[in-house]
Amino acid sequence: MAKSALLKSSLAKKYWMALTGLFLCLFLVGHLIGNLQLLSSSENAALHFNQYALFMTTNPAIKLLSYLTYISILFHAIDGIVLTVRNKKARPVNYVMNNPSKNTIWASRNMAVLGTVILIFIVTHMVTFWGKMHFDKAMPLQTMTISAGGMPQEFYLTTDGGYVPKGQVDQGAMVIKNRTEFFDAGANVKVKEGYKDLYKITVAFFKDAKFGLIYTILYAISMIVLGFHLYHGFGSAFQSLGANNPKYNGLIKNFGKGFAIIVPLLFAIIPIYIHFFIK
Amino acid sequence: MASNKNININLKIWRQKDAKSKGKIETYKLDNVSTDSSFLEMLDQLNEQLINSRQEPVAFDHDCREGICGMCSLYINGRAHGPDTKITTCQLHMRMFKDNDTIYVEPWRSKAFPVIKDLVVDRSAFERIQQAGGFVSVNTSGRTIDANATPVPKHDADRAFEAAACIGCGACVASCKNGSAMLFVGAKVSQYALLPQGKVEAADRVLNMVRQMDEEGFGNCTNTGACEVECPKGISLENIARMNREYLFASVK
Ligand code: HEM
Ligand code: SF4
Ligand code: FES
Repeated sequence: MAKSALLKSSLAKKYWMALTGLFLCLFLVGHLIGNLQLLSSSENAALHFNQYALFMTTNPAIKLLSYLTYISILFHAIDGIVLTVRNKKARPVNYVMNNPSKNTIWASRNMAVLGTVILIFIVTHMVTFWGKMHFDKAMPLQTMTISAGGMPQEFYLTTDGGYVPKGQVDQGAMVIKNRTEFFDAGANVKVKEGYKDLYKITVAFFKDAKFGLIYTILYAISMIVLGFHLYHGFGSAFQSLGANNPKYNGLIKNFGKGFAIIVPLLFAIIPIYIHFFIK
Repeated sequence: MASNKNININLKIWRQKDAKSKGKIETYKLDNVSTDSSFLEMLDQLNEQLINSRQEPVAFDHDCREGICGMCSLYINGRAHGPDTKITTCQLHMRMFKDNDTIYVEPWRSKAFPVIKDLVVDRSAFERIQQAGGFVSVNTSGRTIDANATPVPKHDADRAFEAAACIGCGACVASCKNGSAMLFVGAKVSQYALLPQGKVEAADRVLNMVRQMDEEGFGNCTNTGACEVECPKGISLENIARMNREYLFASVK
């Protein structure tokens, strides 16, 4: 009985909700640290970001973490919707007159709506960036223009810290295979590997002449929604797992509230900075 | 402290013939209600008025009328036991209302608490949860030892006592947007789990009581905290966390 209790019962669903939710909070921190590199004004900002993106898509440990993240999001969303449907069923007839703002905060009553908006955001976000990074055949490779003797020349940056002149590719001496690999056309051997230019894609997305502003606003709104979700969710997860001790409750609650404000705020600053301040 | 003021009020009360009928809100005007009267006395006054005009009186639950039996389950103006906190409906006074106020009175709304008639609901789901584990199996045939012979830390005794203050009124279920009974079950699990006599059966108790709670159709706690605010006995959310802990450890044992 104990086994099934840990899978099927109301409390088991709560544990999974809390564990996946807290894991996603950790994921947010990791993701945020990566994204903050976009704020760098160093002339190598693009290269550093693209190197980071390459690391994130190829490192085996990160791969494992990313699968855990996908599973967590899926599980958290499905479990959350199942719980919400059940909870609605537990009150088949509603009150004619109800006054819930007297005893609860708004965020706590709207976790499912907030979560659904976050889910929509995650899906569109993944299509625009993650999808391009992984599947888009037209994903650009990072280039750099160097002026040699007054003649500007374009080069592809390569993972070994070197360059491939763009001219060589244009003239057919080099061929790009598997989206990132430079092959010597004659000998058909791999010579170097380029960087997918996620930096360029990101900047272009938020600076898009027609939709850039709308994308920036939608992104910021999604972060506000995430903030409300976390404002209740962070502390709630501890309670779900049974971690309630008057000695530490204040600390957990306040840390959660700070987390819910600071993390989404830092995320939102990035597209705003790109849209308004990057040349 | 008699203020001796009388007010006139408009009542919007849920009327439902029996469990199978569809109910609806009916409006009644009630004049000359003393602000010193309790909410239930006000309903008595309304019923007298209804009986005198040959109408069916409003059915509502009550027993002790002093905040200890937990029978007086009314949802008043959108809140369990009405405005004011840490009280039952029988402890609610009409001085909380003003002249010409409109007051909504509805039964608890929960799948597990079906309406029997008007404002009366069937709360036997709570009894079945208690029967599933809310007890200590000791032999009471005259060979019991003195309770004080078993030392209990003061802190634990106090927490157990606070949990045992739950009167099973169901306000927690009624005010929870998920119709969750976890404050009630958390209190009942805690009051035993904290004491040495209750610890012996703690694992089975929490597993059985939670299973029964789920079977009755109560919802899942999402930690909104409405129950704690509306509970007439100030039962703390700590008790839900304790139940969550107890259950977690019991189910991996
Ligand atoms: C990065 C994304 C997300 C994070 C960091 C996150 C975090 C959390 C946390 C910490 C909780 C509290 C868990 C608890 O009370 O035990 C929670 C609850 C909840 N989440 Fe999320 N969440 C995210 C995305 C989503 C998504 C996509 C949905 C989709 C529907 C969702 C729906 C819910 C619901 C319904 C609850 C309340 C469930 C309950 O308390 O039982 N969340 N979330
Ligand atoms: S926990 Fe409070 S609100 Fe719930 S049944 Fe017990 S006394 Fe009533
Ligand atoms: S009638 Fe007993 S608590 Fe109100």
